[in-house]
Amino acid sequence: MAWKKYIPVFALIACIIVFQLAVTAMSREFYLTQLTMAAYYSLVILGLTVLMGYAGQISMGHAAFFAMGGYTSAVITTRDLMNVKGAVLVDLARDLGLTIVEKNAYGSDIEHLSPWAALAVAVVLTAIIAFLIGIPILKLKGHYLAMATLGFGIIVYRIVLGLRLFGEADGISDIPPFRIVGGLAVSGDPALRVQNFYIASFLVVVGVVLLMNLIDSRVGRALRSIHGSEEAANAMGIDTARYKLFIFVLSAVFACVAGVFLTHFNGGIGPSEADVMKSVSYVAIVAVGGMANLWGALIMGVILNYLSLRGYFGSYDEFVFGSILIVIMLFVPEGLLRMENARALARALARLRNNLGADRKQ
Amino acid sequence: MLLKKLFATVLCVSLLPLAFSCKKQSGETIKIGAIFAVTGPASFLGAPEAKTAQMMVDEINNSGGVNGKHLKLIIKDSAGNPEKAISFAKQLIEEEKVFAIIGPSTSGETMKIKTICEDGKTILISCAAAEVIVNPVARYVFKSPQKDSHAVQKIFEVMKKKGITRIGIVSSNDGFGIAGKEQLEKIAPAQGIQILISEVYDKKATDLTGVLTKLKAKNVQAVVNWSIVPAQSIVAKNMKQLNINAPLFQSHGFGNIKYVKEAGEAAEGIIFPCGRLLIAESLPANHPQKSLLMKYKKDYESKYGEDASTFGGHAYDAMLVLIEGIKKAGSDKEKVRDAIENLKGVAGTAGIFNFSPQDHNGLDINAFDVLTVKGGKFVKYE
Amino acid sequence: MSFEHLLQYVLSGITNGSIYAIVAIGFNIIYNTTGIINFAQGEFVMLGGMTAISLAAFMPLPLAILAAVVITSFAGALIDFLFIRRLKSPSVLNMIIVTVGLSIMIREIALHIWDEKVRSLPYFTGNEIASINLLGAYISPQVLWVLGVCSVIVVFLGLFFKFTLTGKSMRACASNMTAARLCGINTRNMVTISFMLSAAIGALAGCVISPITQTQYDCGTSLAIKGFTVAILGGLGNSTGAIIGGVIIGLLEAFSISVMPLAYKDAIAIAILLVILFVKPSGLLGAREAAELKEF
Repeated sequence: MAWKKYIPVFALIACIIVFQLAVTAMSREFYLTQLTMAAYYSLVILGLTVLMGYAGQISMGHAAFFAMGGYTSAVITTRDLMNVKGAVLVDLARDLGLTIVEKNAYGSDIEHLSPWAALAVAVVLTAIIAFLIGIPILKLKGHYLAMATLGFGIIVYRIVLGLRLFGEADGISDIPPFRIVGGLAVSGDPALRVQNFYIASFLVVVGVVLLMNLIDSRVGRALRSIHGSEEAANAMGIDTARYKLFIFVLSAVFACVAGVFLTHFNGGIGPSEADVMKSVSYVAIVAVGGMANLWGALIMGVILNYLSLRGYFGSYDEFVFGSILIVIMLFVPEGLLRMENARALARALARLRNNLGADRKQ
Repeated sequence: MLLKKLFATVLCVSLLPLAFSCKKQSGETIKIGAIFAVTGPASFLGAPEAKTAQMMVDEINNSGGVNGKHLKLIIKDSAGNPEKAISFAKQLIEEEKVFAIIGPSTSGETMKIKTICEDGKTILISCAAAEVIVNPVARYVFKSPQKDSHAVQKIFEVMKKKGITRIGIVSSNDGFGIAGKEQLEKIAPAQGIQILISEVYDKKATDLTGVLTKLKAKNVQAVVNWSIVPAQSIVAKNMKQLNINAPLFQSHGFGNIKYVKEAGEAAEGIIFPCGRLLIAESLPANHPQKSLLMKYKKDYESKYGEDASTFGGHAYDAMLVLIEGIKKAGSDKEKVRDAIENLKGVAGTAGIFNFSPQDHNGLDINAFDVLTVKGGKFVKYE
Repeated sequence: MSFEHLLQYVLSGITNGSIYAIVAIGFNIIYNTTGIINFAQGEFVMLGGMTAISLAAFMPLPLAILAAVVITSFAGALIDFLFIRRLKSPSVLNMIIVTVGLSIMIREIALHIWDEKVRSLPYFTGNEIASINLLGAYISPQVLWVLGVCSVIVVFLGLFFKFTLTGKSMRACASNMTAARLCGINTRNMVTISFMLSAAIGALAGCVISPITQTQYDCGTSLAIKGFTVAILGGLGNSTGAIIGGVIIGLLEAFSISVMPLAYKDAIAIAILLVILFVKPSGLLGAREAAELKEF
């Protein structure tokens, strides 16, 4: 039966609901904050997993797409249009109902473009850029592809760091909430923690289902054949360039959407989101989860990001990701596929955290 | 069978993150949270700040605490990343339920958590310098470093005395450099100073001879550099190597004797505004800041084996202000907030603080002295 | 632009370019022997500088530098023993990930040994304000040291690879690993030697540049990226190409500030990298077929 393959998805949904009910019952709802952030980062990692694991194309600059989404939305929604009269585009936006008037944090009225519009612009922009960059970049292989994607990531970082438009080194703050429908809104407001958790989880589940279907489809088979051997795939008549480009753009869009939503959840974004270290940590998590393992990537993505965001690694954050890269590649190149391995790792990390915690907190 | 397995797995995985729960204590301790960039690109700020804060809390606890209560300091390393700062701020406010938060070290991070702390009704005393942190004023948000605009004004005062009217500016592309450049360009026209050229370089730049050659070609009468290490020393050395004789003015980021040692002889004659920590010995004995500056320097240098810097001083001042507030008003957050807002005449490392409901920084232009380097040492500029 | 102005830029460009070239040559040595791009190459430069600085506190400078070079080359050998030898027929992706992980780990270890402070070696001759007037352009005497040391390294390597048995064995490994093994060359040891050699020249470059650029725990990363750009520009594996590439990139960076904001100087090397990769990945002096055969 077709629905059997969705059992893991139902299990995931069940986990999510059980967890939320548990923390609410124990009055520990604050855990949801870091989980929500980790869920958004996992969205990036899911897209990257398919690109790296199934299509076999390494991308060392994926944080750039996340930053593109986040910054586009940030810039668009923080432009105060209150006093702009007579500009054609702005009036058009007002007529289409794309602007929102609300109070900002200091109690004064501001008018800004709707985050829906920002999301649309961000996705389209990122897709176009990924398409244009993808065409030349995907002709490369191996080290050259890695360095080209790394270089692309660095250029985006430099642009985001250097332009006044993006707030330069300080980034952009005071980003308005993303109101979805009724009372639902993506924002950092503590009262909305539970619904934000569900919104993030919803996006992750949708992403997983989408990718699962993709992998099982014609496209997925084509991608796996490309990973196996590009020449053979070409010989079989598969348009490898087109498929590679498609998955590159798709993974970029995943990252972009994650960027938009997380930016609204955080209420701000900084250049560190486009940093090389961020891209490397995404690659590390894909490797740890098992290159071509969606579930492994999701689980490791949530766990590692959650721990990192809660400060469990303390000042050793980068060290942890660096050693993960080395250890996994040396000892378990296929990644930590099984659930038992993941839990064993989590227990070891808890021990490590206790040791570090004893030093740090006095 | 499958269903049982599945159920068990679901249960375990869902409850997994709870395995990492923090244990909370209540009772006779006051929890203070701190977010510093101990590692990463802003570590020159965060590392001394974290050390200073820890040192102060240890000392206070050893002498019986504040109002009889022990202090518990929880330091989180954000590595200069705003998203980490946001996550830690929420963690500290909602989970640890801290009384107040000290830090963060950079303006970018502070702006991201300003509303979080305001909404969470938690006192935030930032160690970052941007004007926007306290302007517009948020009830719970304060900052301890001096205003960049005052530093700039001090520089221009000296320039006017020396008859300098045409200058060149080089600044770094981090938050500190950008803020300084902004103030320099804003205040210069009113002071009759003409900026012939203003360039921004990457803060990790290793060779600035190119841009300094440009300045030399424009025949500027003085060079202003607004950055932190390593560029501060590189600019000084490059200028001497290029045989540029114009005086070099630096920002208050130059406030550490190590930077003088780095630049060696090239540091002679550099003029910069600074808090009085670096010339504490030469202050008159009845100066309100003298004893605490001497003590801080001595304690820091003996405990950590490195030179005290003005950056660590920002954390000192933040803690000091908070402690003063607690001493006056007890353990009620609202009352402490009110108390801090009305503190007057509190001597800190950066200057004398006088808060008010409109001024959540409390320092005026007299927080700065103008210093220069003579014989490899900091002396007051006359 | 006046002649002095021009010369100033040229000298600054060549100084930086020669350091990039040394890093690129380090890449090439390891790449030629093993097919691995060592992302941790920049860290060797940092380690050399930092170790020398620590040692210079209680030994004369030349001795400190020599010791630093030796210690760093042992670090290179250690990396080979602990990590590279353990990889059994790794894929390109594996190699990339391992060396990136190594670069991060070395950086973090350096942070915890030396902390975040910026340090530098004393100038070899003269001091911070010494300046030599060269036809109207002013340079620090250290610049001459940089150029001198880099030239010596290049000449030495040329002689090493051409005339010594070890050098020739390494070239044999680069041509064809299996054939080299059949000739009785211990290819595993050659790999170790290539790491040691790369680390040594990186360390020496780190020492000579330290008075000018100062050394910090994370100064290796950007050097690695620029070094890689230079290596690719010149053709991966080709050391003459690396030198030419280094000079070109150095000059382009130096002259770029007359046409664009200084803050984007670092992006120049990256932009050039992308252009080369898109247009001619084999670089200026590399063979086209060799670049395209690199499988994933």
